[in-house]
Amino acid sequence: MAGNGAKSSYWRGVRDGMPFILVLIPFATLFGVAATEAGLNIVETLAFSVVVVAGAAQFTALQLMTEQAPTLVVLASALAVNMRMAMYSASITPHLGGLPLWKRAATAYCLVDQSYASAVLDYEQRPDQTPDQKFAYFFGVCTPIIPLWSVFTLIGALVGEAIPPELGLDFALPIAFVAMIAPALRTRAHVAAAFAAVVGALAFAWLPWNLGLIVGGLAGMAAGAEIERRMGA
Amino acid sequence: MIDRAELWLVIVVLGLGSFGLRFAFLGLVGDRPMPPWLLRHLRYTAVAVLPALVAPLIVWPKATGGDPDPLRLAAAALTLAVGYTSKNVILAMLAGATVMVAGAYWSF
Repeated sequence: MAGNGAKSSYWRGVRDGMPFILVLIPFATLFGVAATEAGLNIVETLAFSVVVVAGAAQFTALQLMTEQAPTLVVLASALAVNMRMAMYSASITPHLGGLPLWKRAATAYCLVDQSYASAVLDYEQRPDQTPDQKFAYFFGVCTPIIPLWSVFTLIGALVGEAIPPELGLDFALPIAFVAMIAPALRTRAHVAAAFAAVVGALAFAWLPWNLGLIVGGLAGMAAGAEIERRMGA
Repeated sequence: MIDRAELWLVIVVLGLGSFGLRFAFLGLVGDRPMPPWLLRHLRYTAVAVLPALVAPLIVWPKATGGDPDPLRLAAAALTLAVGYTSKNVILAMLAGATVMVAGAYWSF
């Protein structure tokens, strides 16, 4: 019974993960292309994606290394971009914290924007799932997307500069993220959080090492939580 | 040219660091309860951090050297509008991509 529940959760996850393939293919390919242009060979490019599994941080690190920034600055900036992952980790801990260590470690490796976003929405909509069903769902979302991240990085490295820059591929990431956020703006608290985050990030964009992202993110979380508290939700 | 030793150092440390950030709470907090005020803030992580991440990329895109670009602003605005009204991620993405592709042909 529990097995069947986990199975249906898994397949629901796979289904929910599929659409992200459309986002991931251009984004991963773009990283492969960018890394090749920066002088990385195929092994180095692929290793980057397999080991780090975080597009925005990979782009940040690559960009800063190309600009010959000090190694410490490269690492600090890329990790600052990934600071949100710690927040994701904290956010899904109430759902998955009871699982065995290896499952939590596997979840941590696969915890990216898309798998996190899908999982929190699913856990909110179906609160009575068991931790195993929740893990199955998470793993389902990851099945079509995590391996493809590396595969299309590799393809990007192989096709190199064959893609015309006029297509505005650089904008795949912003478009994809906006498309993910917009449907999640369900309440006034969500809208306030997003708005405060945007204002904060833009106002503090001058901060070094991508700290504007952290300031904006914290401002947004505070705004959302405060509105929720006042509405007594 | 990127220094080889630096590159591998960045790959390994960034990989470990990123895993560490992702594992921080899941691994260390486990199933111990967390305070309500913290959970209330964490509920808004996704709708706060992702907008904070993309807002500067949309307003000051690197591809144009950091100058605001009407085409990219329009693509982002349409993506937001379609996503908000339809609640459909794919539809929203297609709307934004259509603007970008149309813009590419326009400029030829």
